[in-house]
Amino acid sequence: MSKPLPPAGSGGRFVRLAETSRPALHLRIDGEPATALEGDTLLVALLTHGRRVRTSEFGDGTRAGFCLMGACQDCWVWDEAGQRLRACSTVVTEGLAVRTTPPASSWPVTPEVAARERGEVSS
Amino acid sequence: MTPRIVIVGAGPAGVRAAQALVEAGVRPIVIDEGRRDGGQIYRRQPEGFTRTHAMLYGSEAAKAQALHNDFDALRAQIDHRAETLAWNVTAGQLHTVHAPSGETATLDFDALIVCAGATDRLMPVPGWHHAGCYSLGAAQIALKAQACAIGSRVVFMGSGPLLYLVAAQYVKAGARVDAVLDTSPALPTFTALRGLLNRPRLLLRGLALKASLRLGGVKLLNRISPLRIEGTAEGGVSGVVVRDARGAERRLACDAVGLGWHLRAETQLADLARCDFEFEPLSRQWLPRIDACGRSSMPGVYLAGDGARILGADGAEAAGRLAALAALDDLKHERGRTLFAAEQAGLQRTLATMNGFREGLAQAFPWPHAQAAALPNDAVVCRCEAVTAGELRRSVRELGSQELNRAKAFSRVGMGRCQGRYCGHAAAEIVAAAASIPVEKIGRLRGQAPVKPLSMSAQEHE
Repeated sequence: MSKPLPPAGSGGRFVRLAETSRPALHLRIDGEPATALEGDTLLVALLTHGRRVRTSEFGDGTRAGFCLMGACQDCWVWDEAGQRLRACSTVVTEGLAVRTTPPASSWPVTPEVAARERGEVSS
Repeated sequence: MTPRIVIVGAGPAGVRAAQALVEAGVRPIVIDEGRRDGGQIYRRQPEGFTRTHAMLYGSEAAKAQALHNDFDALRAQIDHRAETLAWNVTAGQLHTVHAPSGETATLDFDALIVCAGATDRLMPVPGWHHAGCYSLGAAQIALKAQACAIGSRVVFMGSGPLLYLVAAQYVKAGARVDAVLDTSPALPTFTALRGLLNRPRLLLRGLALKASLRLGGVKLLNRISPLRIEGTAEGGVSGVVVRDARGAERRLACDAVGLGWHLRAETQLADLARCDFEFEPLSRQWLPRIDACGRSSMPGVYLAGDGARILGADGAEAAGRLAALAALDDLKHERGRTLFAAEQAGLQRTLATMNGFREGLAQAFPWPHAQAAALPNDAVVCRCEAVTAGELRRSVRELGSQELNRAKAFSRVGMGRCQGRYCGHAAAEIVAAAASIPVEKIGRLRGQAPVKPLSMSAQEHE
């Protein structure tokens, strides 16, 4: 009745239907080079390249976003500096490098911690 | 003194509110999370995309174009703050953060007009946490804003007008849609039809959508019960299994599912502003109490658009304008009062028609609350933290939660990243059924600030 589905991991999850003549942009996903098109959100870049955005931290498998409108927060990834990015509302820029796993043990430095490290605040 | 008026949202309601204020000589601040105006329904594609309004918005192209053009014309006369989240409301103050920079602001207001819109109303389905499951709104955004389909073989499941609209848009754009699975009956009841006849042209357009889907070879099934979304933890969705109207199990292969049961109002800011809420039995959701002009129970706080009542885009345009004029009238703004006096009755008549249609929709595409209440124990209710229906029931039966916020505290359902947006309505039905208490008596998930997660590096500037 139906054709078999492409195996997981081959090609992207999202299918481009139009607007494909935009200029290409280069990014890195978990260190691997990838291309996107100008105007792509990071979520679209991730899902035209692969089949997942991240892996759930609750052990229930891979995730690929859910609402695409900034409400569910299921598409968090990180830039190389450890800054959290919401993939559905982040626009890809040339040279963007993202990690789909959270930075190992380093919480982002808060302004208070930065000030303390500069010796400006005593606590 | 010119009144300080802040509008939250730049969709149909917010844009028309801003326009009314500018006509009266007031310069509002317009806070919006989007990069561009239009809201979700008239979401604008990024610069550099070339599809026409007709391709993007179909029969609503002229309205979308008008809203975009009117907003472009307003730009110089408003303070538009894009990519900015309104994350809290305190007495007379709105707290915002600009997402890209982390810059925060505290805005004093004489009137706040909240046009926060709606998100998809979701019922959990076993397996809906698999990669490849999306809300219907997400499926539409992928297409409208990014020219993508959510998969190579798509099944849409749920109920409501968006179910058929998105499916038809996918087919038209060249995506493969295998089936549309609706929990509601194919034919509306007489009462529902009476409501829908408030907008006969829209009713006909809905019927035409269904006909076009059938012609396009899409399988349409009504009165289905969702059983499960099949897939693997690694590979994501591989199929949908439902029970059809005759009681037979049907499996449909797919690699993406769009889910949604009409819409739910985004009411967190109204909640934080301490507006009164009331339970609306027809849609089985809590909504902020508003008068015929959009005044909430809190002086100075006005609510319009789908964030107050799910009237759709046309209703939102009228409600936004009316709320803005009511705010000016309450502030005794001279030019605003003149406009309000001239337009109030007409706008209210429009809204009454829209509301009749809304009631018809709610009856034609009912929220399948009994199915939500009967979700199997191993079904994930909270996608954020993979909490099951069984754990939620245990918080009622073993830990004695007779109230929804207590069940949330015990089970963490409603506490995750989405803050209850996608699990909250089903969780209420599950807790109510487990406690044998009517759903309107088990409480309402309270909105919490920040209404969406903030970066730890966001810092309030004095």
